Amino acid sequence: MPNYPMELLICSGTGCVGNGSLELIKAFREELKKQKLESKIKIAPSSCHGLCGNGPVILVQPDNIYYQNVTLNDVKDIVNTHCLKGEALIRLMPKEAVKNENIPKLKEIGFFSKQRLVALYNRGVIDPESIDEYIARGGYKGAARALIHMKSEEIIEEIIAAGLRGRGGAGFPTGVKWGLCAKSESDEKYIICNCDEGDPGAFMDRSIMESDPHSVLEGMLIGAKAMGAREGFIYIRSEYPLAIKHFQKAIDDANEYGLLGKDIMNSGTDFKLSIYRGAGAFVCGEETSLIHSLEGVLPEPHGRPPYPAVSGYMGKPTNINNTETWSNVPHILRQGAKWFASIGTEKSKGTKVFSLVGKVKNTGLIEVPMGITLREIVFDIGGGVPNGKKFKAVQTGGPSGGCLPKSLLDISVDYESLQEAGSIMGSGGMIVMDEDTCMVELARYFLSFSLEESCGKCTPCREGTRHMHDILTAITAGEGKEGDIELLEEMGELIKETALCGLGKTAPNPVLTTIKHFRHEYEAHIRDHKCPAKACKNLIKFEVIKENCTGCTLCAKSCPVSAIRGEPKKIHEIDQSICVKCGICRSVCRFNAIGVD
Amino acid sequence: MDKMIIDNIEYRITGSETILDSAKVLDIEIPTLCHNEHIKPYGACRLCLVEVALKSNPEAAKLMPACTTLADPNYIIKTKSERIQKARHFIMEMLLSRCPESNEIKALAEKIGVYSSENNRTKDYLLNRAASYTDTKCILCGLCVRVCDEITERYALGFSGRGMKRRVNTPFDKISDSCIGCGSCAYVCPTKTITLEEA
Repeated sequence: MPNYPMELLICSGTGCVGNGSLELIKAFREELKKQKLESKIKIAPSSCHGLCGNGPVILVQPDNIYYQNVTLNDVKDIVNTHCLKGEALIRLMPKEAVKNENIPKLKEIGFFSKQRLVALYNRGVIDPESIDEYIARGGYKGAARALIHMKSEEIIEEIIAAGLRGRGGAGFPTGVKWGLCAKSESDEKYIICNCDEGDPGAFMDRSIMESDPHSVLEGMLIGAKAMGAREGFIYIRSEYPLAIKHFQKAIDDANEYGLLGKDIMNSGTDFKLSIYRGAGAFVCGEETSLIHSLEGVLPEPHGRPPYPAVSGYMGKPTNINNTETWSNVPHILRQGAKWFASIGTEKSKGTKVFSLVGKVKNTGLIEVPMGITLREIVFDIGGGVPNGKKFKAVQTGGPSGGCLPKSLLDISVDYESLQEAGSIMGSGGMIVMDEDTCMVELARYFLSFSLEESCGKCTPCREGTRHMHDILTAITAGEGKEGDIELLEEMGELIKETALCGLGKTAPNPVLTTIKHFRHEYEAHIRDHKCPAKACKNLIKFEVIKENCTGCTLCAKSCPVSAIRGEPKKIHEIDQSICVKCGICRSVCRFNAIGVD
Repeated sequence: MDKMIIDNIEYRITGSETILDSAKVLDIEIPTLCHNEHIKPYGACRLCLVEVALKSNPEAAKLMPACTTLADPNYIIKTKSERIQKARHFIMEMLLSRCPESNEIKALAEKIGVYSSENNRTKDYLLNRAASYTDTKCILCGLCVRVCDEITERYALGFSGRGMKRRVNTPFDKISDSCIGCGSCAYVCPTKTITLEEA
């Protein structure tokens, strides 16, 4: 590969592509051609840098300078000012990182400073479609060590010693799980990568697949040797076309390089890998449902035991790990269990990838060492809550997880602490909420998701979540009854106790944790018919604040249902019988003259 | 240590059998709805839940369906505890709320003591307040689908939709070419929802 004095790594992950990074790449190439700089500066489409909300983002190397929200109008300036004159463009950097004329390097930017990359080691650095770039960064060294120099048991011991636990959320020790499958005697065994990521607001697995597909492939190759499987599947949802494209390219390249197929690296290990596209059901993230889907039958869960390690795909021993779990494996083999175990807490080793979303300044994908506090994630990395609003809560674990209030911001992010606090680690969705979020409505939203996604096989999940949803809907509509909070608690516990699979057993969690930490909000809805966050439409009223109204008519012009009346330069009035409470008047008013009660 | 303990009785497991099988031998009654001994266990209705603890950790009992869980000498099983009673009543109350017109469901609810049990919030809600969503007596136990697959091998029935929209029907809602009118589905239906018509 030719060497360039300078490289512009332009993110071509889903978020940045959505914000126009492909057009940006084209514009840069044209500009360089015009200025005859093509041999000096390389335009490299790179994998995701993580700050998806501020895309397109560019990393200039070797200067280690980071730019965000880059537009086509900035192309000339970057080439002329940065590339040719060597002057960094402060206006394209995160504002809070530029202090006292100091020009921040990548690592000095808050979003990046506290992160520790293992699963996302290659993020923003390599071209995800290039196997050579992956190998140049140490790729397939771990597989070489495992396939050529280690026995199956030794690999499993290494994974156990590293303390790697399932990143899908439950946190079962990966090495122990591998051991169970390895012990099962059978002529055929299978391994599966679960990339059926479906939590609202979660995109960890997608990003790993898009930005570093070979790390997952290498992890599976190591797993295949450890468990004696000759065939593997990637179960990936069809909604992730870029991830499917990148992974298919990775499989094709690995086949060509002899890293898949027969007698890999002359070690006697055979391994075949293929992609199976999921047709879009949340329940398929549950391992027994996923296996049914893969077999071509109705994707509904069955009870365990028997565990897949004994009877899985086609009745044969099968091991399923989450995408992030697999992508950690090559790094453990490359750098050793001791190194991996040195990151994190006593029981939760390594790092965890989170998608940080919601009411937070820096929306994006982060990887942090276990043991970091929620406060560090939300405020140091996430930059806190935007628009001067107050932080209210953070939801971990998506629809299966729980909602943690301000008072728990200083707990350590690890499997045990999160569980103690009533939530779960989950697969990595982290949704930040501000004072405008109604916790009852939030619980209702998550439950409506579980209700829609329940497969309907078992009675408690199918019927019970529907009843809880009805009760919550009534509360948010101001029709809650005294005792409904206790009813929700009772029913939630019963569903958790009796449901068949993980979906039903965890569906009541968002309700139970919001009741635990925000009971007063439920009470306000039921007793006072008030929504403290002023979010539930049936419980609020928009009114003109007469002292502030200048009669500018903007609200009346913007109202979609013509509910506002008033002469120009005279105080306006909202007709409550017509108002649909959309809040547009409030957001357009320049004089703070629309109040909500 | 080769004996499973079930309701304080020591029980020697004879082969590969489920907890439900073992209970039957001991004349311990466990209510079921989605189970039929000639069809593979399914574990969907959750009525047969029992408390299962490991002898090594008797305090940490989990609820498991007796129909799909294999008997194991390491288990201590309780089929009549207060916890079980609560869970079973909850399941029955949900089914009563789903199909209040079903005489079979009402009879089973009566038998396991739903009506005579003390009133509580959940029961009151499910029996008196809950909105009705279906006008069917089908409880989605899947016995009809499974008997058609496993015994007659006609595959004329299946599930469509998910969650509350799940229902049993024929492929694409058309009369199945493979249906031979044998009536097995109607025979196994616990709520007599399927009826046969002369062609």
